[in-house]
Amino acid sequence: MKRLVLWVPLGAFIVFLAVVAAGLYTPRQEAVPSAMIGQPLPDFTLAPAIAGRPGLSSTELRMGRAHLVNIFASWCIPCRTEAAQLAELTRRGIPVDGIAVRDRPEDLSAFLATYGDPFRAIGADVDRRVQLDIGSAGVPETFVIDGRGIIRHQHIGAITDGDLPAIVAAYQEASR
Amino acid sequence: MRGAPLFALTLVLAAPALADSLLPPARYANVQLADPRQERQAKALMETIRCLVCQGQSIADSNAEMAGDMRSLICERIQAGESPESIRAWLVSRYGEWVTYTPELEPATWPLWAAPLLLLAGGLFLARGRFRRRRKV
Repeated sequence: MKRLVLWVPLGAFIVFLAVVAAGLYTPRQEAVPSAMIGQPLPDFTLAPAIAGRPGLSSTELRMGRAHLVNIFASWCIPCRTEAAQLAELTRRGIPVDGIAVRDRPEDLSAFLATYGDPFRAIGADVDRRVQLDIGSAGVPETFVIDGRGIIRHQHIGAITDGDLPAIVAAYQEASR
Repeated sequence: MRGAPLFALTLVLAAPALADSLLPPARYANVQLADPRQERQAKALMETIRCLVCQGQSIADSNAEMAGDMRSLICERIQAGESPESIRAWLVSRYGEWVTYTPELEPATWPLWAAPLLLLAGGLFLARGRFRRRRKV
């Protein structure tokens, strides 16, 4: 019995090493999911990010039709790559609204002219208030909002072709 | 050696890939509150909120633009009279327990709180023979 007890510290140390090794070899999980999935959209009213285009408010997103809300910025490099996928989503009849984070109208116009403009409306989130309020931790992120204004799905990072089926499915689920 | 000036030049010319906007930092991103008591409260809260970008740092330490926006938000809400704990609860409701460095006692975190006691008990158990022997002498 006494001899067995002598091995306990070594055993504990090996367990400790195993935990550390497992931690080192598991890929790092960097994405921070929003805790607002399933919650109602917080109230907000964002001024138009570009003159002559509509801004975005939470009331519009509660008027019965599901929407995608794309959080993006002209200074965000990955945001350039998802314009084609967002355009494809609008082609399938899904309304896409934008929230431009910390952006300037002139930069935004240049960005949309270069990479494409799939947005129905774009709200200017100059101080990141709305982004923080819906639990978004970066750009780009895309939220599916149902017709009652409940946040139903969050896609973190740029949308690739492979992501489209999941987003379309989440939108159809939210439209039901 | 001949490559050194060229190397120095590339270092100077290499622009870091910044993931930041072109707008100036938020109002209270790097500015203290005028009221020392409120500033203390804000600082203490910032030190226990995790940065969403530089994920090992608190927002008080992080240089990320988003951390600056969160610092500014905290300052403005404290200035408006909101309590630090209510701001923390608001952040937790947005990003989950992950965002705070002060985990609550709940099923997922109880080992955190129990581990020191369990280790201490285990240590005492292992060392008990030593104490006994010394008493005999």
